[in-house]
Amino acid sequence: MRILPCGDTAVLLDCDDADEARRWHARLRDLFPAALGACTVLVRGNPAEVRAALGGLDVSAAEPPVGREIEIPVVYDGPDLEPVAHLMGVDPSEVVRRHCGRPWTVGFAGFAPGFAYLTGGDPLLDVPRLERPRPRVDAGSVGLAGRFSGIYPRPSPGGWRLIGHTDVTLWDLDRDDPALLHPGDVVRFVEAR
Amino acid sequence: MSLRVIDPGPLSLLEDLGRPGLVDLGVGAAGAFDRAALREANSLVGNREDAAIVEALGGGLAVIAVESHVVAVTGAAGPVTVDGRAVTSGRAIALRRGEILRLGTPVVGLRWTLAVAGGFDVEEVLGSRSYDTMAALGPTPLERDRVLPVGRPAGPVSTRTYPPLVTSGGVEVRVVLGPRDDWFTPEAVAALLSTPWTVDPVSDRIGVRLDGPALARSRSGELPSEPVVRGSIQVTTSGRPVVLGPDHPVTGGYPVIGVVVDADTDRLAQVRPGDVVRFRRHRP
Repeated sequence: MRILPCGDTAVLLDCDDADEARRWHARLRDLFPAALGACTVLVRGNPAEVRAALGGLDVSAAEPPVGREIEIPVVYDGPDLEPVAHLMGVDPSEVVRRHCGRPWTVGFAGFAPGFAYLTGGDPLLDVPRLERPRPRVDAGSVGLAGRFSGIYPRPSPGGWRLIGHTDVTLWDLDRDDPALLHPGDVVRFVEAR
Repeated sequence: MSLRVIDPGPLSLLEDLGRPGLVDLGVGAAGAFDRAALREANSLVGNREDAAIVEALGGGLAVIAVESHVVAVTGAAGPVTVDGRAVTSGRAIALRRGEILRLGTPVVGLRWTLAVAGGFDVEEVLGSRSYDTMAALGPTPLERDRVLPVGRPAGPVSTRTYPPLVTSGGVEVRVVLGPRDDWFTPEAVAALLSTPWTVDPVSDRIGVRLDGPALARSRSGELPSEPVVRGSIQVTTSGRPVVLGPDHPVTGGYPVIGVVVDADTDRLAQVRPGDVVRFRRHRP
């Protein structure tokens, strides 16, 4: 883990992998406001104080929180399903099979309220973001970018490759906890028809 | 106790000091872009420093006092009137019942801050009365005839005057290099610090976009998304920097070459298209 500067109100922990980032996040979040990235943890506070506190910490025994399991039905009718299949050199049905084939884990949140970056899917599902992001993507759109999958919680611009859509509500301010997905949760996609 | 909107102007938003600490829900802090102006205006009318204010972009906001109120206008510099009479910004203004306060087109700067004694008492969303333009979260932008409830005045009104902090033509802000300055060539880092960057017209509360030479990367590939902060200078694939504002997404996949010192980010609220932004290296 490397400590990188991030202005005068935070530092960024650049970790070797997502697992190490989750352990640092779990260890630190009672000490400082901390937020997860893919392989990073943003730690808020006076940089000198945070650096001093980090020196005495050991994360080898830290346990990331165990999340819930959530099933999400998806209609695989996205405008980028064919291009994604083409990029991967397989049929669209194979993209669907691999997207549903193994569980995903919520790595971290971001981009929009309730948006979860899903990690740990099939390694073949690895496609670059669109070169030109769409000015509008519908809520419930299911996309791929890099090794991540994600679901748009609400209409917004977006650069992920869209392979399908779901009716599940990802973000609802009327719920006690407005976000459906939290870091550590496990997501299983199932094909809906 | 309330003010009613006669004219919302181009974009007038309720803002306080935001909702920090919700990054793991994907929720950013938002809050006033010019927090220094918010603190000044709140102190003038005797409010807690985090009371909600109205942040008005450009000129045009007009409100009528439904009852008598003490208000203060800070941030930009330009004409402010009460029932057509010129009044001084940067100090407390007694607004009698039925009088109309109008914020003119700023002569210097871009955003006005309007505080009222007692604060704007709209409902909190996730612990804040701030509107996040990117997330569309919080009290909605002002519209004509909207009644803005006002809380009970808390403290004494101040007699002092704050001269405007805004400067004409541009600003210099301090920047801490990193976290991803090593993704750029030494020439690009030097260009970041030496270029008079021009503010692009598409700038907003999500980010202030800057035009100038393309900053070349020293490596290829995609950066795994990582959390970003207000003031982060992201460099997009075009090589142009964007300084993130209060409504920035909480994580981003563009490398951040440097981060503007937090206090200096307020000054970016007041830059106008065509203004010049310079970065001066700061070593914390």
